[in-house]
Amino acid sequence: MTVTPQLPLPTPSPRARRARDRGLARMVAVRSLLLVPVLLVVSAGLFAAASISPFDPLVGFLGERYVTASEADKALIAGELGVHIPWYEVYWAWLHSVVTGELGFSRSYSQPVSQVLFERVPATVLLVGVAMSLSVAAALLLGVWTGMRRGGLIDRTVASTCVMIQGLPPFVLALAAIGIFGVGLGWLPVAGHLLLPALVLGLSQLPWMLLAVRESVSANRGADYVAGALARGIDTATITRRHILPSSLAPFVTIVGARLPEVVVGAVLVEEIFSWPGIAEALVQSAYHLDMPLLAVITVGTTGAVMVGSLLADLACVLLDPRVRADG
Amino acid sequence: MRERCSSRLIAVLAATAISLTACGAPAAEDSSHTIVLADSQQLGGFNPVAGYGLAGEAKIYDGLLRLAGGEGLPEFEPALATALPVPNDDLTRWTVSLRSGVRFHDGSELSADDVVATYLAILNPSSASEIRSSFEMIDTVDAIDDMTVRFTLKYPYAAFPTKLLVGIVPAESVREPGLAAESPLNTKPIGTGPYRLASLSPERAVFEANDDYWAGAPEVTHLRVFYVPDDNTRAQRLAAGEFSGASVPPLLANTFADRAGVSVVAHPSADWRGVSLPSGHAVTGDPAIRRALNHGVDRTAMVAHVLGGYGHAAHTPIPEVYGQAHNPDATFRFDRRLANRILDGAGWRAGPDGVRIRDGERAQFTVMYNAADTVRRDLAQAFASDALAVGIEVDLEALSWDRITPRVERDAILLGGGDEPYDPDTQAYKILHSSYVDPSAGSAFDNASRHTNEVIDRELDRARRSSDPTERAEAYREVQSAYVDDPSYVFLTFLDHTYVVRESSWEVSEPVLEPHTHGVLWGPWWSLHTWTRQSVDE
Repeated sequence: MTVTPQLPLPTPSPRARRARDRGLARMVAVRSLLLVPVLLVVSAGLFAAASISPFDPLVGFLGERYVTASEADKALIAGELGVHIPWYEVYWAWLHSVVTGELGFSRSYSQPVSQVLFERVPATVLLVGVAMSLSVAAALLLGVWTGMRRGGLIDRTVASTCVMIQGLPPFVLALAAIGIFGVGLGWLPVAGHLLLPALVLGLSQLPWMLLAVRESVSANRGADYVAGALARGIDTATITRRHILPSSLAPFVTIVGARLPEVVVGAVLVEEIFSWPGIAEALVQSAYHLDMPLLAVITVGTTGAVMVGSLLADLACVLLDPRVRADG
Repeated sequence: MRERCSSRLIAVLAATAISLTACGAPAAEDSSHTIVLADSQQLGGFNPVAGYGLAGEAKIYDGLLRLAGGEGLPEFEPALATALPVPNDDLTRWTVSLRSGVRFHDGSELSADDVVATYLAILNPSSASEIRSSFEMIDTVDAIDDMTVRFTLKYPYAAFPTKLLVGIVPAESVREPGLAAESPLNTKPIGTGPYRLASLSPERAVFEANDDYWAGAPEVTHLRVFYVPDDNTRAQRLAAGEFSGASVPPLLANTFADRAGVSVVAHPSADWRGVSLPSGHAVTGDPAIRRALNHGVDRTAMVAHVLGGYGHAAHTPIPEVYGQAHNPDATFRFDRRLANRILDGAGWRAGPDGVRIRDGERAQFTVMYNAADTVRRDLAQAFASDALAVGIEVDLEALSWDRITPRVERDAILLGGGDEPYDPDTQAYKILHSSYVDPSAGSAFDNASRHTNEVIDRELDRARRSSDPTERAEAYREVQSAYVDDPSYVFLTFLDHTYVVRESSWEVSEPVLEPHTHGVLWGPWWSLHTWTRQSVDE
């Protein structure tokens, strides 16, 4: 999808709108149908991969008692945990119970999986929500500002900082943030607090969004229709608001959708470092303990969320820009 | 219009951020009767059947007996029992009478059925309890009447009181057989203890005083425990005043030494670290190598540099706190010349690169250690460099426990122990007795060196069967002297467990000897329910 500089968007004719709605409906249908096989493949792959994992699940399950528990008891526990059951049988049983609405029991948390999710999903949604809000707001503000003033000092500073952040993995940002704000300046608590992890997660996603906005704003800025509007005496603020910003939103929304998997990965690292009690921390715990009911639900849930998220982003894109066709 | 919208959005975000800053951090003490602690252990898993509070340290539960604090090896005191249990002459039958009028947190009254049900649940294979093997001497548990329980053992066992510390749960809560790890007791515990669980979330557990506690309602009315797995984070938040105390590793604890308002507390433990020396290995199985290594390692330096001074040299598994059962003569003097003489005398000659060789066999072996444990890594490195100083090359390998298990008999391991330190039997028997040479007898890590010594076997068994404290102590001293003549491990250090505590006006009870596992259930808080306020009006 490319966006060329354009005139103010024309209102689509009723016929064009009907065609677009049909296209949208088809896109939603096709992508929703695709969701099911993808989730099946992902979950089956997860169980298969876990079965060939070199980790003995008893190490995580027993902790320090792995060394003291008798071999007979360890064999007993392995039997009770179903360690030796072939993966496809375990998978089938899991699939069956999940379809009937029973998520099972998480042995790494000694709680039903539903309880673990209930306690942790809100924390992650809060973290990711605040992080993405901060990131989107900053990307739009700074992106428009720098896109309108290409080559200025602020533009160059922002752009080069963005490129630097792009090159840094989120955990480096996290440790740097702890070092500066938590330990050095002592402004913010090191952990157990929303602001620092949300800032780090938001900052780690900012460059891609910001540079996308900057790029399309600057492309629109140089377009003929903007020159024409300026020649008609319309002031820059109005042109920016009415013409440049709307045309730049479509690629921006696409970028936000495309970054979702990265946000998930970033959240895992950030939650782990800041001991934020969210779903990503549970993902790490369940993977370490080979706690399949919890691990599988989180993995499938995240995959589904990313797919739905990118579908929503594509839908938004079509709605924002009539030239983008919804063909599945 | 759009611009105003976005600026309003930013204002809202900023306001949210500010309000979160203001109310997000937990207050250090919202009430003068609250203690706030930080632990590295995950919260939950509060089921005694699955091994929670094995030594009675759980605040939610009481055992039949409990530990008394103070110097040395802790004595036992009756808790849910009315008196210390009376065994029969050959120590195979132990009868316990129960305190009457004790109620569980759910209001039900304690009876012999609850005690029987708790022990049977631990022993039931379908519970898959990880502490089952530690109760394997129990044959049957019977309720003689409503308030009397009798344990019948498979063999005479003098150390049985150590098995009466585990928390008792209501019979109703273990009626249905099933995995102990999946029992509701893990997150909704019901005990008779001085505190009940008020709320539990992933990062915080709140305990409230049990006002009906049989020994009197605790003065510390609230205990909040935060789960903070990262050591540095825990230390930072403690420094920032969020917590009244936390467990902090030794070297990190030392950074608090000069800080005002906090103090570093170290509690003694029987938590040992040492190296197994497999008998089946041509180098580690050689008695001369074993003795030379024991004389060649500088235990004092390890305590000073690896443990930051928080520990003691270990020569045998029995530390000095065991009093009469400790043999003060059973030590290995640090003397590299002696170590070299022993090796020279046994025919181990220095090779071209300084590493000794005998009959074409190079004095070289591998020490495996748990990759997740930095103290073990540092001790293993110190051990390797001390060994090289007497011409023995030690290769180190960091592995997970499941990778170490199949190699126990071939390669040395940096081991730890002292899980049940409240009797010399539970502390030493499985480490040293030859019945555990067979890995299927217990854990593969029991008698990890696979060494047999008849005197040690005989004396360990004599102590196990005797009800006379003097005879038992004498037998354990014999075990230690036989051991130093024929060592099968290199015991290195006992660890002191370190805690950082914010100063308060609470009168804290005496410390207690701590087991291998520790955390804020131990430390100064092990007997939180007995804390009293220092009188302020002097």
